[in-house]
Amino acid sequence: MEIKTQRGNIIQNTFTMAYRNLLKTLHNPDRFMDVLIQPILFMILFGYLFGGAIAGGVQGYLPTIVPGILVQTILSAASGSGSQIREDMESGVFDRFKSLPMAHIAPLAGQLFADILRLFIATIASLATGYFMGWRPNVGFGWLVIVVLLAVFIGWAISWIYALVGLLAKSATMVQSISMITMLMLSFLSNAFIPIRTLPKFLQVIANLNPVTYVITAIRQILATGTLSSTAGMVLIMGLAIVVIFAPLTVLAYNHNN
Amino acid sequence: MQNTNAIQVDHLTKKFAQQVAVDDVSFSVKKGEVFGLLGPNGAGKTTILRMITTLLKPTNGNITIFGHDIKTESTLARSMFGLTGQYASVDEDISARENLMIFSRLNGLSRQDSKLRTKELLKEFSLENSANKSLSSFSGGMRRRLDLAVSLITQPALIFLDEPTTGLDPRTRTQMWDTIRNLVAHGSTIVLTTQYLDEADALADRVAVIDHGKLIKIGTPADLKHQTGQATMRLNIPDDNNLIKAENIIGTELQSQPNVINNNISASFKQSEQVTNALAQLKAAKIKITDLSVQEPSLDDVFMALTVGKN
Repeated sequence: MEIKTQRGNIIQNTFTMAYRNLLKTLHNPDRFMDVLIQPILFMILFGYLFGGAIAGGVQGYLPTIVPGILVQTILSAASGSGSQIREDMESGVFDRFKSLPMAHIAPLAGQLFADILRLFIATIASLATGYFMGWRPNVGFGWLVIVVLLAVFIGWAISWIYALVGLLAKSATMVQSISMITMLMLSFLSNAFIPIRTLPKFLQVIANLNPVTYVITAIRQILATGTLSSTAGMVLIMGLAIVVIFAPLTVLAYNHNN
Repeated sequence: MQNTNAIQVDHLTKKFAQQVAVDDVSFSVKKGEVFGLLGPNGAGKTTILRMITTLLKPTNGNITIFGHDIKTESTLARSMFGLTGQYASVDEDISARENLMIFSRLNGLSRQDSKLRTKELLKEFSLENSANKSLSSFSGGMRRRLDLAVSLITQPALIFLDEPTTGLDPRTRTQMWDTIRNLVAHGSTIVLTTQYLDEADALADRVAVIDHGKLIKIGTPADLKHQTGQATMRLNIPDDNNLIKAENIIGTELQSQPNVINNNISASFKQSEQVTNALAQLKAAKIKITDLSVQEPSLDDVFMALTVGKN
């Protein structure tokens, strides 16, 4: 047959690469098993273990822990981008991507777009587990949608940071340990599971500086009051700032690597 | 454009930290030929290939593909070749069909054309029955076939094969050779790297011998053998009485000192006519011969001769 090719444009190439990453995920469901199992496990474990001690019961603890687990899961899903990009770059197929006459940035952009699916699964799994344990938000469905969108957006912004880590680190194993450690530190040294005032003084300072605390506070406020507080606005700006700063840095590192 | 070489490499050098991986290598590849880069592991073959295919930036030197500089016209240059890497460069986690579809799309084919081309290539490379299976169930040979199929999506005029048969069993290897010969018959220019001398001999029109990053010798396999190795004729004279007479004839015609062990005579020669003449003389003298064999020098001999003392 006659082969007609046209110059690839960046949007089309990115969609093709996102489709590829989606296919990879669909063929290997274990790629999103982590973001599915983690919130279910942690929600049940923490809810029943600490609910009584912290809030006098599971029911009272759920409004605290549901946003907490949600943000922890989002962090975990976002940190997965780094190691996936790294794994991809170390496999032979990446050489072919680089030798094709396509938009240079498409493999990276495609990965980050496909990650949105992971983030959605992570968010829905967290909220659904809470629901099954008896959590009932005070606000309407519309506000729930806003929470989902905010969480996915923040997760997507953070995945740019981890993508940069993935590009700069020496090996895929190193990326994984960095992701794991930062995810644990950021989520536990925040208000995700406990009221900050119960912490020793120096930990209070750290928890109050931790950006994750603000994301959780914003989500709790939306779920409790059905209004967008100034914290929510701040979180949104923070997300945008991360993308504005880290997207160009990641692209720069990516181009430098090649 | 008619006279443009498929590839022109000038003074190519690559340094990694303190180590010189490729040292001032220049060569050209003509349109329609099979060009072999031959050398042991770590000689710099793959590094050269990676620089030509824009995967690695040269420290020094210029490369053009069909007259287009790969630095200034990289996208155009990339659209002109297909690359099959040393390690199967296909997506392990998705099916053969999906691989072909995605790479067709990335090569700029429309969705409709991608579907057609995928179907065509699956058939051409006998992968139809496993098209929807995950690659993890694929044998090494199937993977290579798919890999090659992906490289051929745009029917590129120039194809790079990095050690195309490393790790394949003899039967699959022969199949791969047939596939490569078939491409040549359709007018493709092929550059392949190999560490197997018989492979270069079987496929390549011209061979560049690379060792320690340097280009040692370039020429047709026959040239290289001719320059370096010597062919040997062996025969057996059953009748003891004729032995000395035969030895004399062979010594004179082949212009070399024959070696006689029992009834076997062996002698080296430079030109094939010498053998024909010797045999004609033996026939005229009515000397009966058995077990005649002529052994060409192998590229192994060439390789040893060229790289000996340099390691």
